[in-house]
Amino acid sequence: MSETAPRLRARKLDMKTGRVDLSHGSGGRASSQLVADLFRDAFANEFLDQGNDQATFPVPTGGRMVMTTDGHVVTPLFFPGGDIGSLAVHGTVNDVVVGGAKPLHLSASFIIEEGFPLADLKRIADSMGRAAREAGVTIVTGDTKVVERGKADGVFISTAAIGVCWEGVEVSGDRARPGDKVILSGSIGDHGVAIMSSRENLEFETAILSDSAALHGLVEAMIGAGAPHLKLMRDPTRGGLAATLNEVAHQSKVGIRIEEDAVPVKPEVQAACEFLGLDPLNVANEGKLVAVVAAEGAEAILAAMRAHPLGREAAIIGEVIEDDQYFVQMTTSFGGGRIVDWLSGEQLPRIC
Amino acid sequence: MKYVDEYRDGKLARAIADTIAREADPGKTYRFMEFCGGHTHAISRYGLEDLLPKNVRMIHGPGCPVCVLPIGRIDEAIELAKRPEVTLLTYADLMRVPGSKGTSLIKAKAAGSDIRMIYSTLDAVRIAEENPDRQVVFFAIGFETTTPPTAMAVKLAAKKGLENFSIFCNHVLTPSAIRAILEAPKTGKLPPVAIQGFIGPAHVSVVIGSKPYLPFVEEFGQRIVVSGFEPLDVMQSILMLVRQLNEGRAEVETQYIRAVTPEGNVQAQRLCDEVFDLRDTFEWRGLGSIERSALKLRDEWAKFDAEKRFAVKRIEASDNPACECGTILIGAKQPADCKLFGTVCTPETPMGSCMVSSEGACAAHWTYGRFRDKARREEAGRKAS
Repeated sequence: MSETAPRLRARKLDMKTGRVDLSHGSGGRASSQLVADLFRDAFANEFLDQGNDQATFPVPTGGRMVMTTDGHVVTPLFFPGGDIGSLAVHGTVNDVVVGGAKPLHLSASFIIEEGFPLADLKRIADSMGRAAREAGVTIVTGDTKVVERGKADGVFISTAAIGVCWEGVEVSGDRARPGDKVILSGSIGDHGVAIMSSRENLEFETAILSDSAALHGLVEAMIGAGAPHLKLMRDPTRGGLAATLNEVAHQSKVGIRIEEDAVPVKPEVQAACEFLGLDPLNVANEGKLVAVVAAEGAEAILAAMRAHPLGREAAIIGEVIEDDQYFVQMTTSFGGGRIVDWLSGEQLPRIC
Repeated sequence: MKYVDEYRDGKLARAIADTIAREADPGKTYRFMEFCGGHTHAISRYGLEDLLPKNVRMIHGPGCPVCVLPIGRIDEAIELAKRPEVTLLTYADLMRVPGSKGTSLIKAKAAGSDIRMIYSTLDAVRIAEENPDRQVVFFAIGFETTTPPTAMAVKLAAKKGLENFSIFCNHVLTPSAIRAILEAPKTGKLPPVAIQGFIGPAHVSVVIGSKPYLPFVEEFGQRIVVSGFEPLDVMQSILMLVRQLNEGRAEVETQYIRAVTPEGNVQAQRLCDEVFDLRDTFEWRGLGSIERSALKLRDEWAKFDAEKRFAVKRIEASDNPACECGTILIGAKQPADCKLFGTVCTPETPMGSCMVSSEGACAAHWTYGRFRDKARREEAGRKAS
């Protein structure tokens, strides 16, 4: 419930005759409107209003904790570089981690379609267990529901996680200030392209694997190198780097300018995006993070990231600027300027 | 990436930009129209506007098939999809295009119609084959580039003896639209625009060749440079147009020589001739009715014509009266000049045709270029005071 895209000025949700359509699941403005106009009003509370991918709250006995939840409906269930099980752990763990907290425990709820092979379910469960152990978290509670054939598609998994805030780390989406540097931990678009390459109606051959990974180790390295300089972190999943940067700009009420040449994109991802007519900036990632850091701490944090296996290609891709319209701008490799915007509509349903 | 990076070399682009700046006469204004949405997209996506001198102006033309499709046709497609026996297949960018009364294919799908997105006309034939109990209708749109694949699908369906496959045909013709723009001062149907040259279509010209543009030189004294879709192609084509103008030439030239010949793809043309016939007239969104500007299935292929099979009734629907798409599509106004732009009309809630496809002039400006508007307004304000 983190979407922070600006609410549309003109058309309200049609609560009488309107229906949910695929664009409401895209992570763009339509999803944002659904959350803002329907859920946020119904749930109204200060934690939701933080507008982050996770809620941070004080614990009565002292300290602060983070909680988050994520539903996983990816198709196909098994894809190059991962499966719905590992994804359900990584996605939720990462939302805790980029909230500045050490993840502790996970819950997992399964909605399973009648007829689903037990062998596949076991493969998924084993993969979840492995991913959890690697991320240093335990799956401590769960639930299973079975629905009739045709009422779901194989299996859907919802996970929730809690974590304890690291001391001395204060990150939130509204903390970016002009002059801060924007760091990206590695190449973009790998997860989205890996999923697309294995979709039934698209199937193309590529060596690209999903980047699905837990980012706790990388973030610990960053905290060690410069906790006071860390302003905010985000994992650019659905909607890609473009959506994440726009969320940050709007939440912090600033502009962001990035350099196209500084953003790492693998040649295979570039090639796939080329023939699919996509912009890698809009394509999903599952093992990358964007950090906004104070300029004076940028080099030290970058060096620490590059020393970690998940941050080898980390780069400073741009900086925060003043802009009362909160635009994310990019200097193209041609030297021209353009906006980097949220993608309109649905690029590809069920990417995560 | 090989064969792509070569056409996106920033250094070369800046070198061409320098040459354009050197050769463009500062005492003159150069107004060129890029006809195709593909070029509009490249110009916006790579920020080419920032590389051109101020007196070289690009006008975004109507070459975006989704943009010029009239609302009534979307309504007709939705009506088709509502029939319980019909599975409607469409390219993804049509899904969100608004029909009248706030409808769209994506909403019709959410309400229960069987509407599916496909990537190729071969998929359309396959789906018909796999679902013999469904009436599979392919919502065909596009300029001459996408016409041959549709023709091929019809022939393939005939060969396979498919009785459950048909085409809702909306294919349109590029030269007819260019002619409508050039004849505007004479016909008065569209506002006249001063255009000194065209960046001619890339993929369309691969199919039809560069010859069909010759009449525009002979009858209207126009200049056309057929250009590839890569940003360096566009830069080089602009330079070629500047040179034609400076040297007092008016010709059809081809920059996209790696793919375009004067005759085009004769085999594809024959295929299309075999399957399609000219419509007497067709409604273009923003441009109005244009004679002999669109295609229908020939009588001998009539059984694959969804309009005949389902006796599709014409639905007349008009644009929002405040929408400036008509004048924007032919370059008489810019997107930011429209009162609806960015207020009620955005890519999520498009009111007008130019906002619906990423290749439309308004969508491209919204997605890539609108950060320039504030400075532009401030400059205009300073000049006015």
